Amino acid sequence: MRDTTAPPPLVRVRGLKIHFPIYTGLFRRHTGDVRAVDDVSFDIWPGETLGLVGESGCGKSTCGRALLRLYEPTAGSVQIAGTDIATLDAGALRRARPMMQMVFQDPQASLNPRMTLADIIGEPLSEHTTLTQDERLARIYELMDQVGLNRRFANRYPHEFSGGQRQRIGIARALALNPKFVVCDEPIAALDVSIQAQVVNLLEDLQDRLGLTYLFISHDLSMVRHIADRVAVMYLGRIAELSPRDALYERPLHPYAQALLSAVPEPDPARESSRRRIILKGDVPSPARPPRGCRFCTRCPQVMPVCREVQPELAEVEPGRLVACHLYTATTQTAGPTGGTEATEHVQQGETP
Amino acid sequence: MTDAPDTLERPRSQWRDVWLQFRSHKGAMAGLAVFVTLILFVTLGPLIWRIDPTYIDPDPVRMIRGRNQPPSWAHPLGTDQLGRDMLARMMAGGQVSIAVGLVAMSISVLLGTLVGVLAGYFRKLDNPLMRLTDLFLALPLLPLLLVMVMLFRDALARALGPETGTFLMIVTAIGVTSWMQAARIVRGEVLALKEREFVLAARSIGTPSRRIILRHILPNVMSPIMVAATLGIASAIITESALSFLGLGFPPDFPTWGRLLFDGVDYLQQYPERVIWPGLAISLTVLSVNYIGDGLRDALDPRIRGR
Repeated sequence: MRDTTAPPPLVRVRGLKIHFPIYTGLFRRHTGDVRAVDDVSFDIWPGETLGLVGESGCGKSTCGRALLRLYEPTAGSVQIAGTDIATLDAGALRRARPMMQMVFQDPQASLNPRMTLADIIGEPLSEHTTLTQDERLARIYELMDQVGLNRRFANRYPHEFSGGQRQRIGIARALALNPKFVVCDEPIAALDVSIQAQVVNLLEDLQDRLGLTYLFISHDLSMVRHIADRVAVMYLGRIAELSPRDALYERPLHPYAQALLSAVPEPDPARESSRRRIILKGDVPSPARPPRGCRFCTRCPQVMPVCREVQPELAEVEPGRLVACHLYTATTQTAGPTGGTEATEHVQQGETP
Repeated sequence: MTDAPDTLERPRSQWRDVWLQFRSHKGAMAGLAVFVTLILFVTLGPLIWRIDPTYIDPDPVRMIRGRNQPPSWAHPLGTDQLGRDMLARMMAGGQVSIAVGLVAMSISVLLGTLVGVLAGYFRKLDNPLMRLTDLFLALPLLPLLLVMVMLFRDALARALGPETGTFLMIVTAIGVTSWMQAARIVRGEVLALKEREFVLAARSIGTPSRRIILRHILPNVMSPIMVAATLGIASAIITESALSFLGLGFPPDFPTWGRLLFDGVDYLQQYPERVIWPGLAISLTVLSVNYIGDGLRDALDPRIRGR
């Protein structure tokens, strides 16, 4: 979809790992790690929206937060506009903050209940700029106009707003410093459907006007289809497939992507009746003890012996499409990507074969 | 640019809102009125009622005749067992008791908040600071106070004069032995708050820790701090009485409300009013401060404000 000789990627993630240590026992010994994100690599080009989808607990949000170094990465590099965010010291990181911002999932929790709207939107301005009171106020009003909030609301507190309006406040705060890259961490998950559309359209509109680059984290597959240019499907801390949107929704390659996308309801009743869902068996293994080999091997309908032994690497199997699956990389078997064979093996959570 | 910015109300200071809300809280306004009255009574009162609270008639006969007088025009609250004027003693005692209560409470709330916020916010400090808190909680307070008084009273009295020295020592002693409850409550609140997304949002903006604490954490732990502070005044006044009663606070002839209370206990059956007056004064102070704290807590919370 994208010409790789074109400008370099704005965001370049290589081998990103975030492990949360587990301490157990009387002496709080370090007995293991929750591998929330395990060796994730991707690029985001300027002006692009990369959708990041996956089920709950697969590491989407952790990945998004690590990109802004709200969590300390265990390993790997995150380059945003040429700066390696993962290794900056505190002062340099603070100076780099304006170019990357975040819109949070829960608009209720992401706004300090004791600050007025003007204070909330103005906080990044007072942290990073030396505007006078009047300039600051003018910028706050400008931001409120941009996200469609009435200027009269500047003195109000977050609890006086509806969910959609609160999310607009969060977006205005994220835009205050003219960022290049915005991580949208499930910005619509806490909103009802009519408001979701408004917020997503606002985000798209702002992207067009300000040339923003988004990492759009969501579990709402139809919404991702609407907004994203390329989509990364995550499973248990790793990227299973990274493909251009249309290609992915048309013909998912990775068995997990197939199963995930088969769950999207069709608006057309005729097609909906013929939609075949792939029901996965079993549970997601614990990220503290992921299975050896492919992460998906415990539930994959097309599992092969090699899947239980060797971890597949993310590789380009078709132009622009990266898949981490032995079905495509190994020559042992020709791809039969229309899944649907029932998983017959019964697998317990966290069991390693 | 549909409407000009100058037609809009500028973002105003939230303290005006706080005051407006505080004024609408009836209990808090009543509490404030009572508290101001008490303060005026103990500060301006002695300027009008000019009897020395420690004056004992040097003539033994008149002294014995003037003991335990019922209320009269000469002594509106009567006299005590040494013929000293009770009204004057109430005023002088109130000055000390209210000052001790306020200062000791401030010390203990400041210490408690500091320890609680540091322990809650900085993971590395959590364990050492909370063990220190446990240590203080486990110490038997009264013996500790006794030791402190024994060690420092004379030195301080020599350096700063008997009254200031004793005052400083007592408020410090009460302050440093009563901050633990506040610290624990504040730490718990901070632990919960720092995981909230608005703190994460502030970090993603690049707000440094000290300003996250001042701007986002502290205003949101205001309620428990207020509660701890208002209760702290009461317990500080009572602890001061207990210390004075044990002979370790202010000198015996130096009136405080707690002291008057304990002196009056011996005559409870004959002259109950001698217990009632200081008791009433302590209760009124505590109650009014509690109501003020309640009103302040509501006024500082924008979710309650304007309701």
